Amino acid sequence: MLKTFKKGGVHPPENKLSAAKKIEVLPLPKSVFIPVAQHIGAPATPVVNKGDLVKTGQIIAKSSSFVSTNIHSSVSGKVKKIDFSADSSGYPKQGVFIDVEGDEWLEEIDCSEEFVKEFNIDGPEIIKKIQDAGIVGLGGATFPTHVKLVPPKGMKAEVLLINGVECEPYLTSDHRLMLEKPDEILVGTQLLMKALHVEKAVIGIENNKPDAIELLSEKCKGYQGISVQPLKVKYPQGGEKQLIKAVTGKEVPSGGLPIAVGAVVSNVGTAFAVYEAVQKNKPLIERVVTVTGKNVANPSNFKVRVGTATSELIEAAGGLPEDTGKIISGGPMMGRAVASLDVPVTKGTSGILIIKEDESKRKEYMACIRCSRCVSVCPMGLEPYLLMTLGEKQIFDRAEQERVMDCIECGSCSYTCPSQRPLLDYIRFGKGKVGQIIRSRKK
Amino acid sequence: MSKLLTVSPSPHVHSDDSTQKIMYRVVLAMVPALAWSVFVFGIDALRVILIAVLACLAFEYLIQKYLMKIKPSVMDGSALVTGILLAFNVPSNLPWWIIIIGSLAAIGIGKLSFGGLGHNIFNPALVGRVFMLISFPVQMTSWPVNTQSGIDAVTSATPLSIIKEGISNGTPISEISKNLPSALEMFWGGIGGSLGEISAALLILGGLYMLYKKVITWHIPVSIIATVGIMAGIFWMVNPEIYINPVYHILTGGLMLGAIFMATDMVSSPMTPKGQIIYGIGIGVITISIRLFGAYPEGISFAILIMNAFTPLINYYVKPKRFGGK
Amino acid sequence: MSITVIYTIATLSVIGTSAAVILYFVAQKFKVHEDPRIDQVEEALPGANCGGCGFAGCRAFAEACVKASDLSDLNCPVGGNETMNNVAAILGLEAVKKDPRVAFIRCNGTCDHRPKTNRYDGATTCAIASSIYSGESDCQYGCLGFGDCYDACEFDAIELRADLGVPKIIDDKCVACGACVEACPKDLIELRKQFPKNRKVVVACRNEDKGGVARKTCSVACIGCGKCEKECKFDAITIKNNLAFIDSDKCKLCRKCVPVCPTNAIIEENFPPRRVATEDKKECSTAN
Repeated sequence: MLKTFKKGGVHPPENKLSAAKKIEVLPLPKSVFIPVAQHIGAPATPVVNKGDLVKTGQIIAKSSSFVSTNIHSSVSGKVKKIDFSADSSGYPKQGVFIDVEGDEWLEEIDCSEEFVKEFNIDGPEIIKKIQDAGIVGLGGATFPTHVKLVPPKGMKAEVLLINGVECEPYLTSDHRLMLEKPDEILVGTQLLMKALHVEKAVIGIENNKPDAIELLSEKCKGYQGISVQPLKVKYPQGGEKQLIKAVTGKEVPSGGLPIAVGAVVSNVGTAFAVYEAVQKNKPLIERVVTVTGKNVANPSNFKVRVGTATSELIEAAGGLPEDTGKIISGGPMMGRAVASLDVPVTKGTSGILIIKEDESKRKEYMACIRCSRCVSVCPMGLEPYLLMTLGEKQIFDRAEQERVMDCIECGSCSYTCPSQRPLLDYIRFGKGKVGQIIRSRKK
Repeated sequence: MSKLLTVSPSPHVHSDDSTQKIMYRVVLAMVPALAWSVFVFGIDALRVILIAVLACLAFEYLIQKYLMKIKPSVMDGSALVTGILLAFNVPSNLPWWIIIIGSLAAIGIGKLSFGGLGHNIFNPALVGRVFMLISFPVQMTSWPVNTQSGIDAVTSATPLSIIKEGISNGTPISEISKNLPSALEMFWGGIGGSLGEISAALLILGGLYMLYKKVITWHIPVSIIATVGIMAGIFWMVNPEIYINPVYHILTGGLMLGAIFMATDMVSSPMTPKGQIIYGIGIGVITISIRLFGAYPEGISFAILIMNAFTPLINYYVKPKRFGGK
Repeated sequence: MSITVIYTIATLSVIGTSAAVILYFVAQKFKVHEDPRIDQVEEALPGANCGGCGFAGCRAFAEACVKASDLSDLNCPVGGNETMNNVAAILGLEAVKKDPRVAFIRCNGTCDHRPKTNRYDGATTCAIASSIYSGESDCQYGCLGFGDCYDACEFDAIELRADLGVPKIIDDKCVACGACVEACPKDLIELRKQFPKNRKVVVACRNEDKGGVARKTCSVACIGCGKCEKECKFDAITIKNNLAFIDSDKCKLCRKCVPVCPTNAIIEENFPPRRVATEDKKECSTAN
């Protein structure tokens, strides 16, 4: 039976152009720029200096607090400099520039493709390995995974949800990973289950990926406690709260974490990274990135080293099209437009999307005609038209009352507005301001 | 690369829907009823529609350009919808100058004085209609004969006004009914009345098209019609000699037009489904109260305008169910 | 007919009179006693309710003035010394003379100086643009040009200059209320001491990047070379994070720092033209 979340949601055209393309390994770039802040939380502190020789997998920046992760070198070579450069956040961030020389891996890393199913390791050790490997949520939120695996006092995880929804249009990296590495994902899931002490895991996959549903359902039989839940196609089903609602029927309370309803959500990519970290000793230094767009010559899925410049990926997919208007890091609904092609692939980059010139410009927006579509598509049951006005007029106390902080920034409201109003722009602004007010109140 | 990259906040795709498209869908939904009115009332109906539409467009353009000094937005389709709705609400033999005054009231007072599309509290077409009804009651309530009804008269009254007059003269319903068209006639449009209100069937057809295209939701029309039906039904069961059966209330007096095309006006109706049902019930209750106990035979226009005034209040108190409770 | 009219008028008059009487007594009963001086002080204030004094409007400021035992912490930047003297006279206190201030946008990154490297296409406010990225040029510190300061200004003292890409402050209209300072997400606007004839010498840059990087993004960026700091005899100039800052309270308008700046990041305004030696100096600066 197909499940889905109840409230709101939209159906943008899927445009999964690269769904049939096998994951290719992108050739090593000549140089990389690895930002030290690729996750939510405190940036890591660089531990290498200019001129140092580093090996692939070596730690180049150490996490400085619990909510933070290590950053590893994704290549071997010489540290050129430690400097600031723009990443997909749009602002210059500190990072390590490395000139690639050969590809020499740390000895303890098992680089072979051989599948290792058996493990004999206890929960805390798994968490330790995940933390050391610098694993973060690969769905795009980049929250450090080890933090999620340690529930706050008094709370207990009951079920692990593996997010194979990939509800963003265009993106296919998770889809391909599920098709090509199903066993690895399932072992990763088992490791996460053990770390969390849960008996049950559900992999949620949208119905537009029948091949992945079939394959994983078949493979699941060999793994205890793991099942596949097919889901009706609807954006933003990949949102943590929406996925929990769809699969378990429970609603995460406003302002609460998924653990409040006994759920922990991890992306399939994260599960795969956990497998590699625990079974192969391999830190998170590469990931699958979809390079796509309607005018891209050869939409592809690449296995890319972290720190590779966007331009290299686009080159490998057939070069930058003439009528490029916008380049997005991530999907079209929640991804960030980048201002330059030097922006590196980071742990959270699930795709590079190229939008044509004529589709990249917003139309002039008109007055709100109160059609209430934004209200009906909001998956959080908010009133975007109202929140936008409150943001615009800077009435932040009322915005807080109207639960602006519940907004998950999925963009369904802006997507659907017939007057083309920039609803999310102002809601995000209001959310930021209200967040500041709430934080200053706590102090 | 020669061109500059565009940077904007997410989302980067849009549903390709627009306000114009919505407005033109509404226009399309009104076409069957419009065609029927021309068929029934002849070229006169076409005259009324043309005058109303052109006057609305012209007033919108002139006021925006010369009084408000903003870029005129006549092409957004909203003035066109207002014009057609205004024409739907008047008899086909209305003098041209009254239509123009009504259009000015609709666009000038009903819409632009509040700031234009999206800011008006009341449905502009209804503001125009009520303005005309109060200013020119005689012209507004003498309808030409319906060529399809087969009644021999120069001017005919609407079923509701026949009932109202009959009851005030003390005639029992059973007597009045003899002069009334059958329910089937009313459903298909064989009755006298304003341009757009005569054929329930074609109005419902337009409503179904708008539902299919998601221009409207079912909440407002269904709650209005159900409320009117239930309330009229209760009165009818209490005393069928004074109160006519609910079918007449539902099929006449522009109730269908009001419920499907006027009350559903996006700008002046509530945002949440729950709010829309409250709004619909309110319109139903007020309509029946005016029809049965008020001075006018029809009440839907006033009912919608009154509930329009409550829309901001409904929006303030009736919130969608938030995800995550509380 | 006439009887009806008379009845109507009579009834309405009776209702009106009785309502007035009731209201009068109610108003008496619930009257809140207020210091009458609050009204007087409020009267003396400009009534702009701009909040530049730090209070929520003129009334709140007037209340604070009446309560205060000395006026040294209270200042109405809009009315200036004159208004504060009037307020002091009403309250029988001493007004402290304060230097008038004027806002200045510390960015000279106009279209000519700072090439655009991308095109922004979102809601046109600085707050939203700065929340998603650093801006249309490569300078992450510079003015975005969408005019949040313009929107915040209640006194029409800021003009948007589409030709420049950076708004300009109209010194004579600026009352230094500080609304634009709050509104600017890049923290570019500073309230500086207002000199006679609106003369000013100021570093029109906030770029904290290293010299080379800053220079690449904008031709008039401060590169933090420190030449102006050495030149200044009044210790008015400090260099911090690769950026020079001229303290307007120490600056004597000698203008010595202006010609030594290799990037023309220091600008002088409203001075008479220089007479001699400017040619040589210019050559020097380009030779550097």
